[in-house]
Amino acid sequence: MLIKKQPDIPSSEITSKSVYMNRRQFMTRATLLGAALAAGSELADPEPAQANTKLTMVKSQFSTTETPTPFKDITNYNNFYEFSTDKYGPAELSRNFKTHPWKVKIGGAVAEKKTYDLDDLMKLATLEDRIYRHRCVEGWSMVIPWVGYSLSNLINQVQPTSKAKYVKFTTLMDMGQFPGQRSQVLDWPYTEGLRMDEAMNPLTLLTFGLYGETLPNQDGAPVRIVVPWKYGFKSIKSIVSIEFVGSEPPTAWNTATPREYGFYSNVNPEVDHPRWSQATERRIGEFFKRKTLMFNGYGDQVASMYSGMDLKKYF
Amino acid sequence: MQRRWIIALKVVVWVLCLCPAILLAWKATHDLLGANPLSEVTLSTGHWTLYFLLSTLAVSPVRKITHIPWLIRFRRLLGLFAFFYGCLHLTTYLWFDKFFDLHEIVKDIYKRPFITAGMTAWLLMFPLAITSTAGSIRRLGGSRWQRLHRLVYASAVAAVVHFWWLVKRDLTRPESMAFILTLLLGFRIIERLLAQRTPRTPPIVQES
Repeated sequence: MLIKKQPDIPSSEITSKSVYMNRRQFMTRATLLGAALAAGSELADPEPAQANTKLTMVKSQFSTTETPTPFKDITNYNNFYEFSTDKYGPAELSRNFKTHPWKVKIGGAVAEKKTYDLDDLMKLATLEDRIYRHRCVEGWSMVIPWVGYSLSNLINQVQPTSKAKYVKFTTLMDMGQFPGQRSQVLDWPYTEGLRMDEAMNPLTLLTFGLYGETLPNQDGAPVRIVVPWKYGFKSIKSIVSIEFVGSEPPTAWNTATPREYGFYSNVNPEVDHPRWSQATERRIGEFFKRKTLMFNGYGDQVASMYSGMDLKKYF
Repeated sequence: MQRRWIIALKVVVWVLCLCPAILLAWKATHDLLGANPLSEVTLSTGHWTLYFLLSTLAVSPVRKITHIPWLIRFRRLLGLFAFFYGCLHLTTYLWFDKFFDLHEIVKDIYKRPFITAGMTAWLLMFPLAITSTAGSIRRLGGSRWQRLHRLVYASAVAAVVHFWWLVKRDLTRPESMAFILTLLLGFRIIERLLAQRTPRTPPIVQES
């Protein structure tokens, strides 16, 4: 049994807060408030803000002790092609993204097909504060304090049948909210997949938050997957469907460029991207480059799933 | 146009050409380069190298179309700025990406086509930069100097290929660079073909 213990200091209190994200709104309100007070009148009800709410969570045994990357960098340096291919684009363009109401459909080879409301999905298991290393296929990395629970909790709940060999995830398709989906840069909607054992691995995190609060829109709100031993693009964002399937599902980057992005895409310093080396990485905030670790340093927990597999072939 | 006006204009253009570098340095010292500043410096200096290379190649066509002969006086200036930004770009790669690890650099040039292309582009610019003086033109002789400086076409092609090959997925920018380069080179080809059709000097008829 997992012994739940409140964290000594939640990461949300150590570092920058979501106030930063809403600083303009904050300033406007502060100004309005000041003006209202000066006029001796009551402040009119402000529009409901999409501010990130605090989450109740426990510490996780899977967290790294490395220093988390500042909130500012995690929320401004994003690869989220549904908004923009420019890394600094999503922070601005995702400002009005609607995450409520949000439903996640569970389908395919399961005992009970079901659609979860986000709030119910979030309550399915105890949320954990999990600090993971994050390695982008482009050669940069971060340390990110995610909030979520192991995806296995959900899988156990919905009981996949024996036909389920893989899990297929799909991102919301909505050209109105995702301007990037109007371009042909990838086959929309974004899809990703994991082998059943990978999905069941306790490290695979169904993620609802960052830095102790609900996910900022540009980081995949309201619910995403985080697979820390794989390159970042495997960690699909803004999920609306989780489907249990019998064969390897098509995945967005693999479909776009099969020669460059494999289905597995495990972090591997020995298997280079056809166009660049994967031996080193630049940790955001550091000057010198670091050596990239096999399975992003999570070998102890995941290497056994790939024993006997030729990782150069199944990259 | 009067000589002193050209000199004054040259000073203005020179300062403008330096602006991207100054802006970059200012951003770097004010923490305005975002989460991955070293990558930003590499990308920005690379983009400016390409912009200046294409601007250099645009001088002759624009001069001929607009019939403004003195534009040619700015070609060397722009070309040297292309080389200047190319050197900054190469330095960021050698320093911040490879930390002057010679073994890694050689391996990279050999193994990665986009690095090979980028290195080629820079190497082709190098002899042009060092023979850009009036003295060099005299020493080499006009036509030999001109032939040597046709290397700029190859350099620009290599630079665009370098950009094209390194982009992960969104090819909008390399495509537009390639389009402009095609126009600039196409202009020269068409000009040549037209010149061949209407020879300036009547052909000499050999009589036996």
